[in-house]
Amino acid sequence: MIRRRMAAAMLAAGAIFGASAQSSPEAEIAKYREQLADGNPAELWEVRGEALWKQKRGSKNVSLESCDLGKGTGVVKGAYAELPRYFADTDRVMDLETRLVHCMVTQQGFKEADITTRPFGEGSRRSDLEALSAWIASESQGVRMNAPMNHAKEIESYRIGEKMFHFRGGPHDFACATCHGESGKRIRLQDLPNLSERKDAQRAYTTWPAYRVSQGEVRTMQWRLNDCFRQQRFPELKFGSEASIALTSYLAGNARDGEYAGPAIKR
Amino acid sequence: MADPMRIRVAARDGTVNVKILMSHEMESGQRKDSAGKIVPAHFIRNVTATHQGKSVLLAQWGPAISKNPFLEFSFKGGQKGDKITVTWEDNTGDTRTDETTIN
Amino acid sequence: MRILTVMLVLLLAGCAAAPNDDEVSARALKILKASFSERGQAKLDRLDQDETQKLCSAAPVSKDAAVHIEKVNAALIVYPKDGRLMGDWREGEKIAQSGIGKQYSDDPKRPAGGNCYACHQVSKQEISFGTIGPSLYNYGKLRGASEAVQRYTYGKIYNAQAYSACSNMPRFGHNGVLTEQQIKHLVALLLDPASPANQ
Repeated sequence: MIRRRMAAAMLAAGAIFGASAQSSPEAEIAKYREQLADGNPAELWEVRGEALWKQKRGSKNVSLESCDLGKGTGVVKGAYAELPRYFADTDRVMDLETRLVHCMVTQQGFKEADITTRPFGEGSRRSDLEALSAWIASESQGVRMNAPMNHAKEIESYRIGEKMFHFRGGPHDFACATCHGESGKRIRLQDLPNLSERKDAQRAYTTWPAYRVSQGEVRTMQWRLNDCFRQQRFPELKFGSEASIALTSYLAGNARDGEYAGPAIKR
Repeated sequence: MADPMRIRVAARDGTVNVKILMSHEMESGQRKDSAGKIVPAHFIRNVTATHQGKSVLLAQWGPAISKNPFLEFSFKGGQKGDKITVTWEDNTGDTRTDETTIN
Repeated sequence: MRILTVMLVLLLAGCAAAPNDDEVSARALKILKASFSERGQAKLDRLDQDETQKLCSAAPVSKDAAVHIEKVNAALIVYPKDGRLMGDWREGEKIAQSGIGKQYSDDPKRPAGGNCYACHQVSKQEISFGTIGPSLYNYGKLRGASEAVQRYTYGKIYNAQAYSACSNMPRFGHNGVLTEQQIKHLVALLLDPASPANQ
């Protein structure tokens, strides 16, 4: 076991020093990722998330087992694979995180501002949403992504997401498409999935939420979109905003039939 | 009370493989916060694992170990039903013990 | 029969209600603007598009639109008044390596970088380079450093869309990301025979 790890490390070192005849830097990074996948700290978030789902909380002292994530009250298995989707009770399309906030507010009696003002964990400040998202997503492992695209609002959400994906703006003239609109590209040494295309969209979307080693936290799609826009030199994307849901609809639509493999571990 | 560890144990032909995921900040004590102040060191100092009460692993850690550390090791002589206990202790004196049974 | 009639009415109503492309674009823009808050140096006016950004958001652009975009942007290039286009390649390398600037997490007092390595190869030593743009390795070696090449290079960094409509490359000079002096340093990084790009 140790010998194999050493060999892989040396191969990686060889690649970095340009001595690799056998493998590209990307292939070595893929090997490294495979080794990292065992012992993914996301499991710690999943355990916490499951407990949070089942615990009676909020001013109404109710558990989230009364929450409908789209497949029926309390049904968690396979729910993440069918989001975002239209919900009749709110008459709009919602992703996992907006739906969770809705349940936490209406059923458990939490205040929306308390949950959404600082939704992402940092250091000692933990995010319940990240833990819940991690567990709920894990309950869709092996399921094929199948966000419904039947209701007029679901179709519209996808189309609006597509428009936003190509929206060029800010001092860098960036759109999502600038980095994610072409196949086979990378930024520095980070491979970029072409999110407008089926295979790459499947590969990318089925690995979020993910434990980001560099963050030391489990991060969700809401976080990923927020951080993309920061780097695009845009103002700040509001948590659970209609734009965030539309872009997630676009991504989920393009990732249809991809097998869900998260929560993953990423750099 | 510190967060629970996740312990997975698998026995095959008398060799027991143990995988442990620990929840810990593992702050090295060398980082500075945005105000320029040192973030205080907070890391696991030692890890011990026992099999049926007998020590099978003793690890001494320091600031180089990363956050939410994953530890994997194997030992010989365990079988189904045996108890595995893992304990960590950090530099602040905080400690956590979890146990599991080989299935 | 009645069920069939109801279904037909619903179907037709559904078809009639489906918005056309322009309507979707208009709605998307409205939703986008309502979905952001200003933070740090990133104000909401960053979501206001100029003509180039508007046209380039509807991909792909027609040949006529492309010609128009290049013409408009070429007219926006501002060359240095002192006529000197090359600076110090050592400074250029630092600017090419730096990815900060203009983000709401950045200190607006710190100079922005060009983040060239995010998309381009430049020197041979730096293996951490992106492939969104073509390799610039040996850029100067292949072209020489004539006045014309310097002018082209300066212009390209200042406003890439003057030469390539809807280019992915930020219009560093026109959008006020890099200063005149910084662009001169980058020109040197690419054209100076002593630069690591040309070794």
